[in-house]
Amino acid sequence: MLDIKNLNAGYGEMHVLRAIDLTISQGEVVSVVGSNGAGKSTLLKAISGIIKFTGMITWNNESLSSLKAHTIVQRGIVHVPEGRKIFPEMTVVENLMMGGFLCKKDQQKNLERVFDLFPKLAQRRTQLGGTMSGGEQQMLAIGRGIMGNPKLLLLDEPSLGLSPLFTEVVFGAIRTINTSGVTVLLVEQNVYQSLNISHRGYVIETGRIVLTGTGEELLNNQDVKKAFLGM
Amino acid sequence: MSFLQPLISGILTGGVYALAGIGMSLVFGVMNISNFAHGDLMMLGMYLAFFSFTLLHIDPYISLVLIIPIAFMFGYMMEKVFINRVIHHPHQNQILLTVGLGLIMSNTALLAFTSDPKILTTTYSSSAFNLFGDISVSVPLLLSFLITCLITVILYLFLSKTATGMALRATSQNREAAQLMGINVAKMSAIAFGIGTALAATAGALIAPTYYIHPLAGHSFLLKAFTICVLGGLGSVVGAGVGGIIIGVVEAMSSTYLSSDWKDVIVFVIFLAVLLFRPQGLFGKKGGQ
Ligand SMILES: Nc1ncnc2c1ncn2[C@@H]1O[C@H](COP(=O)(O)OP(=O)(O)OP(=O)(O)O)[C@@H](O)[C@H]1O
Ligand SMILES: [Mg+2]
Repeated sequence: MLDIKNLNAGYGEMHVLRAIDLTISQGEVVSVVGSNGAGKSTLLKAISGIIKFTGMITWNNESLSSLKAHTIVQRGIVHVPEGRKIFPEMTVVENLMMGGFLCKKDQQKNLERVFDLFPKLAQRRTQLGGTMSGGEQQMLAIGRGIMGNPKLLLLDEPSLGLSPLFTEVVFGAIRTINTSGVTVLLVEQNVYQSLNISHRGYVIETGRIVLTGTGEELLNNQDVKKAFLGM
Repeated sequence: MSFLQPLISGILTGGVYALAGIGMSLVFGVMNISNFAHGDLMMLGMYLAFFSFTLLHIDPYISLVLIIPIAFMFGYMMEKVFINRVIHHPHQNQILLTVGLGLIMSNTALLAFTSDPKILTTTYSSSAFNLFGDISVSVPLLLSFLITCLITVILYLFLSKTATGMALRATSQNREAAQLMGINVAKMSAIAFGIGTALAATAGALIAPTYYIHPLAGHSFLLKAFTICVLGGLGSVVGAGVGGIIIGVVEAMSSTYLSSDWKDVIVFVIFLAVLLFRPQGLFGKKGGQ
C-alpha cells in the first residue's frame, strides 16, 4: 500500500532521515518508535508532503514525490500532527468540518462516526478549540483526521502529555479506527502501548531504521526492552 | 462646538480606514507578511475611481462594481508573481519586496499622472445635512461609511459561512494544519492578497471624493493601516475594524481640539505606545510577533 525506499529528508542544510526503507500493507497498524529527535515526525512530514525528500515514496503504485500536501490528502493519506495543531478560534464542529474540507458529501456521516468514537466531542460542539484541554484537543485532532476519509492515518504521538485514562481512550480509539478498515502508521514514545496494538513496528535511531519486526517480537527484544521499557 | 461633531465625522472616516486596516490584517493573518505596498494599492483605487468618473462618467461609488474585481485580480496576480516567492523568507526580505513594489506603483503613477493632485468633484462632494440641529454630516462620508458597513458584513459572512472563507481562517490560525486538511495554502495566500488589495482599493475609491488624489497619497494611509492592525491585534479582522474607527475618531478629535497638524503625530504616538505596552493589540490574546 505504502512503500518507502531509500528515503532521505531534512530541513535545509540539516539532514535528518537517512536511507529509510519502510512498507505498510492494507489494514495494518504499524508503529515507529524512537527517542526524541530521532526523526519520527520528520518521517510523517515527508509522507504527507509537508517537507521535501529524495528517494521513493509510493502509494498504491503512485509516486508521492511530486505531489503537494493538499493532493496527498486527496489520495487518502491523512496526517494528525504532533501537538494537535487545532484551529484555536474555531469551534469543535468547525474544526471537524475543516478536516472534511475535501469530502463534503460525507461530512454528516463522518461527523456521526467521530461522535460515536469520542462522545465527549458531541457534548462540546460549540466550544472553541483553543479552550479545550490537551486530551480533548487530541480527540479533536484525531476526529478531524477521520473527517478526511483516510485510507492511511498517520498519527504523531497521540498520547503525548495525556493522563493514563485519556491514553487508554486514545489507544482504544486507534484500535476501533483500524478495525473499521483504516490502515494506521503510529509514531509514539509510549513504546509498550503502541507496540502492543501494532501488527509490526520499526525502531528509528538518529534518522536510521535500526530494528524491525512484529509488535510482539519488538516487545520481547532485549535492546528494545533496555532502551525503551526500562527493563 | 459640540463634542458630537468630531465624534461623528471621526466614526464615518474611521469606517473607511477600517476597511484598509482589515485588508492589511487579513493578509498578515493568512500569509504572515506585512504589506508595505498597501497604501499604494489604496492610491491605485483612488485613481481608478477618478478615471472611471472622468473618462467613463461612472459615479465613484458605482465604479466599485468594477474596481473590486479588477483590484482583486491585480492582487491575486501580484501574489502569484512576486509575493509567494518570499513567503517562507525572513521578514526583512518580505519588507524589501513589498516596499519595492509600492515604490514601483507610486513612481509609475507619478510618471503617468504627474504629481499634480487631482480632485474628484461629484454633485454631492460638498453636500451635507444637519443632525440634531448643529451637527453637520457630510453626504459622501456617510455614503462611504454605509458602503464600508455593507462590505464588512459581506466579508464577515464570506469568512464565517463559505468553504473558502473558512479555509482562509484555518490557514491564518495554523498554516501547517490547514495544509494537512487538504487546503491549498498557496491558493489561499493569493486569495487573501487579492481580497486585501480589493479592500485597499475600495478604501481608496471611497475616500477619492473627499481627498486630494495624488501618486504619494498612499503613504500616509500606510501608517494608519499599520496602526489599525497593531491596535486591533495583528491578523484579527474584527480588531482591525474597531481599530479603524478608533483611529478615525482620534484624528477627528485631535484636529478639533489641537490642530490638524497634530493628528498624524498622535496616530504615530498611538502606534508606538501600542507596540511598547500592548503588542498583542487591544483585543489580542496571542503574543505579538
Ligand atoms: N522545522 C525544523 N527545522 C529544522 N530542524 C528541525 C525542524 N523540525 C525538526 N528538526 C530537527 O530534526 C530532527 C528530528 O526531528 P523530529 O521532529 O523528526 O524528531 P522526533 O523523532 O519526532 O522527536 P520527538 O519525539 O521529540 O517528537 C531534530 O534534530 C530536530 O531538531
Ligand atoms: Mg516528533
